[in-house]
Amino acid sequence: MGRTLAEKVWDAHVVRKGEAGQPDLLYIDLHLVHEVTSPQAFEGLRLAGRPLRRRDLTVATEDHNTPTLDIDRPIADPTSRTQIETLRANCKEFGVRLHPLGDKEQGIVHVVGPQLGLTQPGLTIVCGDSHTSTHGAFGALAMGIGTSEVEHVMATQTLPLKPFKTMAITVEGKLRPGVSSKDIILAVIAKIGTGGGQGYVLEYRGSAIRALSMEARMTICNMSIEAGARAGMVAPDETTYAFMKGRPHAPQGEEWDAAVEYWNTLHTDDDAVFDAEVFLDANELEPFVTWGTNPGQGVSLSQSVPDPDSFADENAKAAARRALTYMDLAPGTPMKDIRVDTVFLGSCTNSRLEDLRAAAEIIRGRQKDPNVRMLVVPGSARVRLEAEAEGLDQVFKDFGAEWRFAGCSMCLGMNPDQLAPGERCASTSNRNFEGRQGKGGRTHLVSPVVAAATAIRGTLSSPSDLGAVPAAAGTSGHSA
Amino acid sequence: MEKFTSHTGIGVPLRQSNVDTDQIIPAVFLKRVTRTGFEDALFSSWRKDESFILNQEPFNRGSVLVAGPDFGTGSSREHAVWALKDYGFRVVLSSRFADIFRGNSGKQGLLAAVVAQDDVELIWKELENHPGTQITVDLESKTVTCGNLVAPFEIDDYTRWRLLEGLDDIGLTLQHEDEIAAYEAKRPSFKPTTLPVRN
Ligand code: SF4
Repeated sequence: MGRTLAEKVWDAHVVRKGEAGQPDLLYIDLHLVHEVTSPQAFEGLRLAGRPLRRRDLTVATEDHNTPTLDIDRPIADPTSRTQIETLRANCKEFGVRLHPLGDKEQGIVHVVGPQLGLTQPGLTIVCGDSHTSTHGAFGALAMGIGTSEVEHVMATQTLPLKPFKTMAITVEGKLRPGVSSKDIILAVIAKIGTGGGQGYVLEYRGSAIRALSMEARMTICNMSIEAGARAGMVAPDETTYAFMKGRPHAPQGEEWDAAVEYWNTLHTDDDAVFDAEVFLDANELEPFVTWGTNPGQGVSLSQSVPDPDSFADENAKAAARRALTYMDLAPGTPMKDIRVDTVFLGSCTNSRLEDLRAAAEIIRGRQKDPNVRMLVVPGSARVRLEAEAEGLDQVFKDFGAEWRFAGCSMCLGMNPDQLAPGERCASTSNRNFEGRQGKGGRTHLVSPVVAAATAIRGTLSSPSDLGAVPAAAGTSGHSA
Repeated sequence: MEKFTSHTGIGVPLRQSNVDTDQIIPAVFLKRVTRTGFEDALFSSWRKDESFILNQEPFNRGSVLVAGPDFGTGSSREHAVWALKDYGFRVVLSSRFADIFRGNSGKQGLLAAVVAQDDVELIWKELENHPGTQITVDLESKTVTCGNLVAPFEIDDYTRWRLLEGLDDIGLTLQHEDEIAAYEAKRPSFKPTTLPVRN
């Protein structure tokens, strides 16, 4: 019988098959490290007197705690500063390549891997961070792991893992203008629920997925974890190769040809069987937005806040009630009537150049609602530089948005970028949990173009709600 | 991980059931960057009370904690095990452990031994009547000795074997080092490396 993409990558990494219910031992091709989940793992190595097995398969960056303003000054918060300094000392001691704050390759770990060309099809990739699933967009098997496992990978470059089930998420058709990959994944999560992917590796397939850019595929795979899945994957194709070609760590010359030959085998066989299948019609999709406090609590932007009583399940009813209280929303309120205080464009879900371009395209020549604060946080220092080379920074600044340095920022508010209690935010990030963006903050997850349209109108809006660009505007900030 | 065959040390009677990991180590200590040095964090709120058992001689020098049922419930924090070990505990006896806590203990070389509640009661009495009594926990024979009492304890075979051999997950994996090396030798050369740095 044929095998799925995920099974092919798994099989290619088995160092040792587990006997009688024991886990398989899998080889790990790439280990990404950041400051929050690594300190105890390094300490563990030190205490046991163990070396880091493959520093040449390990790379670190600073992202969760880093400030996005005044990055040349010492970090003000002492706990954040300690975590960063600890990472620097550990990387020095163990010889790990580190991209520190201020370096042009610094940024959110899941933006950095792909941009360096380190993220490649068919690899096993791990990181002490749940959104490691992002890298699955290249056809890699990429998983978030805990601190003990981080240490395990450091010491052995392997992980004992129990096999998973496979789920096909097939999206056919063509997305309408203003609808993006963020809307696909939010719709998937609303459909299967935040636990729907538990124990599965998801494979996104179908014509709508094939038509997506790498950035857009990363957005989808990134949020696989929000459906409870171990990982999400897209089979590599010409789009993947075009994205990778010429990147610093992509194979070159004959190596490239050998790699492509292998990568071309990385697709689910026609006669392979998935353990579960889900279908979505791309033609039907509208911009999506969350109304509640988990990523599964979402609706189309043209709909209204649901009535908790409309849910069949008692738990869902109770969860919806609690969420609406926290979000301070009444059932029946049209989503488009909801006013926001802040718009956050950033996070490992939507902070790549394409995301910034898409948002800039909408706001160019338009005015920001004066009551809305907008933060634009590029995913990496390189994205920031590339955006500036295109003049996007000027578009955002002319619009009245804040143009920041790279990092996780308001996605989780470990740095100073946080919502105030009660503040409402349209955010391109991935988690709308209570207090995620700051204690008492209220989050609506949206795509970059919805974020941009919302910043213009002050209420949750889709690009199609905007009128024509005023004729006299738009004189500055055009692409170079 | 150090091999664990047998351990003898002062027993500490903790007459409490449902000791959750929030009690073992409160959340404020999770911001730290080390895996050691949690001894002060162990039971930190309870230790503010002078009458708490660990504030008394000779129990403050104990290494075998004898607790009520359902020890280690709640949050999965591995820090709970780190704190117990840092304080000096090598063994926890209880009639029932939370699953995750027991798993974490096995990973870190702390012996979580399941003893019948009747025996726990007898041990408590012995320790309270004769403070400073040493308890011997023998993993080979799966017995606990305290004064005249010799009681059996339970532990799953896989964890027992790993503890006896002194194997943490990492140690266990490293037993297959040759297989890892053989796998590495066959990896295609087009797979990426992070070093040397390419621009
Ligand atoms: S951007 Fe947010 S989700 Fe992504 S790695 Fe940072 S904190 Fe995690």
